[in-house]
This record gives sequence, C-alpha cells and structure tokens, in this order.
Amino acid sequence: MPITDVPGKARALYDARQDRKPIEPFTDEDASLTMADAYAVQAELTRLLLADGDRIVGYKVGLTSKPMQRMVGVDTPDYGPVLGSTVYRNGDAVSLGAFIQPKIEAEIVFVLGERLRGPGVSVTDAHRAIAGIAASVEIVDSRFADWRIKLADTISDLASNGAVAVSSQLVPLAGLDTRLIGMTLSRNGELVDTGAGAAALGDPLAVVAWLANTLGEHGVALEPGHLVMTGALHAAVPMTAGDVFRADFDRLGPVTVRVVE
Amino acid sequence: MTDAITTRPPATGQSGIAAQVAARLERARTTCTAIPPASDDLPGLDLATGYEVQRLHRAQAGPLVGWKLGVTSRAKQMQVGVHEPIRGFLATEHVLDIGEPLQTRQHIQPRCEPEIVLIMGSDLAGPHVSASDVLAATAAVAVGIEVLDSRYQDYRFTMPDVVADNASASRFVIGTPVPVAGIDLRLVGVVLEHRGEVFGTASGAASLGHPAAAVAWLVRSLALEGEGLRAGEIILSGGLTAAVPVGPGDVVVATIDRLGSLELACQ
Repeated sequence: MPITDVPGKARALYDARQDRKPIEPFTDEDASLTMADAYAVQAELTRLLLADGDRIVGYKVGLTSKPMQRMVGVDTPDYGPVLGSTVYRNGDAVSLGAFIQPKIEAEIVFVLGERLRGPGVSVTDAHRAIAGIAASVEIVDSRFADWRIKLADTISDLASNGAVAVSSQLVPLAGLDTRLIGMTLSRNGELVDTGAGAAALGDPLAVVAWLANTLGEHGVALEPGHLVMTGALHAAVPMTAGDVFRADFDRLGPVTVRVVE
Repeated sequence: MTDAITTRPPATGQSGIAAQVAARLERARTTCTAIPPASDDLPGLDLATGYEVQRLHRAQAGPLVGWKLGVTSRAKQMQVGVHEPIRGFLATEHVLDIGEPLQTRQHIQPRCEPEIVLIMGSDLAGPHVSASDVLAATAAVAVGIEVLDSRYQDYRFTMPDVVADNASASRFVIGTPVPVAGIDLRLVGVVLEHRGEVFGTASGAASLGHPAAAVAWLVRSLALEGEGLRAGEIILSGGLTAAVPVGPGDVVVATIDRLGSLELACQ
C-alpha cells in the first residue's frame, strides 16, 4: 500500500523511529517527490514528536560538502530540527539501541546569542548573532533501509539527524577564522579522519546565514540559545558498541562519546 | 655518507634492473611522456631496487635541498596495502619560487597537494629519532604546495615503481617560514582551493598522525643508508588532502592555519 499523503508519510517515519525498524524510501514509490513535499513531511513528523513533549533546541544542516552533494545529486544543503531529547554532553555514553543504523560525524556547532531571521541574512549578520562556537559530533541515522536515500527521503527524515553531542566549552568567535579550524577524529585512540571548517559550505558561518535565510522563507527564526550544527568535515563513520570516538578541534577542544549496546 | 651506499652493492641482477628503470624514467622525464609501470615487465623490481633507482637519479640531479614523504595517510596506506610511507629527494631543479607560475607543459600529469614544510635548524640523524627530536631540530615551518607528476601512465604503479620515480616528485613551492614553537601541527586546519573552490580539507594529523612523526620516519629510514638530515634542508612532510589535477589557467591555493597561505598559478 503506497503512502502518498503527508500525514501518512510522517506517521510511517514516526513509527519507524518508535519501532527502530527501517522503512522503504518514499522515492521508491514516487520519484517525483519534491523538496517542498519533503519539508511538509518533516514539519508534520516534527509536530508528532513535539506533541510527545520534545522541543526544538536548534537545527542541523546537512549536505554541506561538495562530495556529499554530489553523492545525493544536489547543489544545495538541507536542514532538520535538533530535538532536546537527542542532545548528549561531552563524555556521555550513547546507546546503539536508540538508533537504527547510526554513523558519527565531527562538526562545528554555533550557539545563537541573538534572534536571527531571514531573508537577507549575511555572513556578517550571522557572525554578530552568534554567542559562541563549540566542538560537537552528530550521530546521523536513517529511518530508511540501508541508507538508500534520495534528497526528498532524507529531508522528510529530519535530515537524517539522530543525536548530537556538544562540548560545554563555548568559545567566543572574535578573531577566529572558522574556515581554518582543524579537526581530527579518532576511534579508540586511532586516527580515523581529519578536516577543517571550510569543508562546510566553504565556511561554517555561511551555513548559519544559509539556514537563517532558508528558515525565513517558512517564517521561522533562529532563536537565542539555538544550536546550529554546520555539517560534517569528513565522511561519516559507522559506530560499534565499545567504540570511543573523540573529535578534537583546534581552538575549541575535544568532544568524546562512548558507544554502548 | 656515500660510503654506506658504495659498500652495499646490490646483486648484479638487481643493479641491472635499477639501471634499466632509471634510464626509462630519465627518458620519460626528458620527453615528457608517460611510461607503463616498470614492474609490468620487471617483476624483480623490489623496494630496495626502487631506492637504488632513486640514488642513480640523485647522482645526476642538481644539489640536494631536502626530502619529501609520500603515502603518509593511513587511508592511502591501506588502499595500497602497506604500513610505511616512502621518501624521495628534493634538488634545486624541483624548486619553484614564490609567485613563479607552474609550466604545466613541462609536466606529464601534474597534481598539487598542500603540505606542512619543516626547515631543519640542525643536523639530525640516527635509527631511533622520534617526533620530539624532529621538533627540537626544526628551525621553522611553512605552508607548501607540492606538484606531483608521476612518470607512469595514469598514476598506475606499485610501491617499488613509485619509489623508483622519486615518489612522483616534480616541483614544490613554500611560503614564509614561521617559528614552530606553540603550534600544534597535529590540529592546524588545512584547506586546498582549486579554481576558487574548496577542493579538500584536513588537519596536520593527516600525515602519519603528526607531520613530525612522518619526518622522524624519514630520518630513521635515511639512517639505514648511513644518511641524515642537514641544517637548512627542506622537508615536505606528506600530502594532507587528495591531490588535485591541474592544467593551464588553474590557480591552486593552500592555506594552513597559523602558517599562512600560498598561491600557485598554472600556465
């Protein structure tokens, strides 16, 4: 039975999250699904999750690197909400049981100090509205089988967000060149990958401006205290129980998560 | 220094192979024409023979200015099934000055990669040299762009092939040196831009976990030949992102946090 309507799709994703059982990509049934359709599904799914008592604490921006955009066949990033129930702290244990097929990505995160509402938000505006910058990792997860996703699928699925872990050390932006912040990701003490801020849209600050302008089209603003996860600086890494991941950022410090069953 | 080389003659057969490969590579360089990997028809070509080819090439090259490392990323090592980097030598003929364009027509299939460059402040040799010994002997560090140019068709080669080809060394340019004190070379951000777009990013750890660890390997490797580093020598400590192919009209910019930025125009 094909799921054609927005509430039906949102409900299918909601159930997949509850049951930890992946579903077939929506684009299998309907390749013509648009970005607008997908954001409508995302909004409906978000409404269902907020009705359960969750809250929006910020946003993640995905598909911010050229290689990722090429993989999905797009030339624009996408976004989804970050929910309060999915925020971990530095050093926390993260249970695989909370996810379906999780992978980890090291990202630069900004915390808003002032309201930021598009359209017309420049990188300078974004810079001025940011309270600070911190080290973070995002755990991405797909509710679609085997990560077999097209753009409309991942957008519907909260941009494949699973959880985030954020360092408590909030560093002021002044004087930092966010493009050049270096990062090393290690697993159990062994180097896995490296990157720098410029991997995210050329500059993580440009991600905040893009997000504010895109949300502005839907009449939504970034609020003080909101997190903005600016996108992976390297290829996502699968997680196994027993892994300890550490993302170390120059000038920001490290963030660590322990993976448990 | 050269005694160690002459007292260690390779077997006649290997020496014959080395001379043959050296001649082929010399012809490839002078005619600017790619050749098939030497290992295709000379299966006896091993790593030691590859380095012997390098020595023959070095004897014909201009004065030595330093060394370079290759295959320093774990991903690259796993890809080619090795657990060690390789080294090559840098001579005056490899030097590009700041602002000097790269003449791509003098190359076969040039590619550029960003590197952290160490400039030695004192001599350093020995079989047990560590990364901290390297840092203590380093006078300054700089951002560098290395131009690779494999003399083998489509960069298809075995490890002995690429060692024989001087680790694909072709040209390099380095920026203004800065003191290394207080810089964590492991974490400095690295951005390579090509035609004004970000081509790749990394941090210094992409080379063997730490550029100084890569140079320590170089010193230990040279010690096996009775050689070492000399004060003033320039060490390219290993490519930090994937190498970008370049052609006429391209501009490549390498930027490394705390070390600065360097631009290379291609003609």
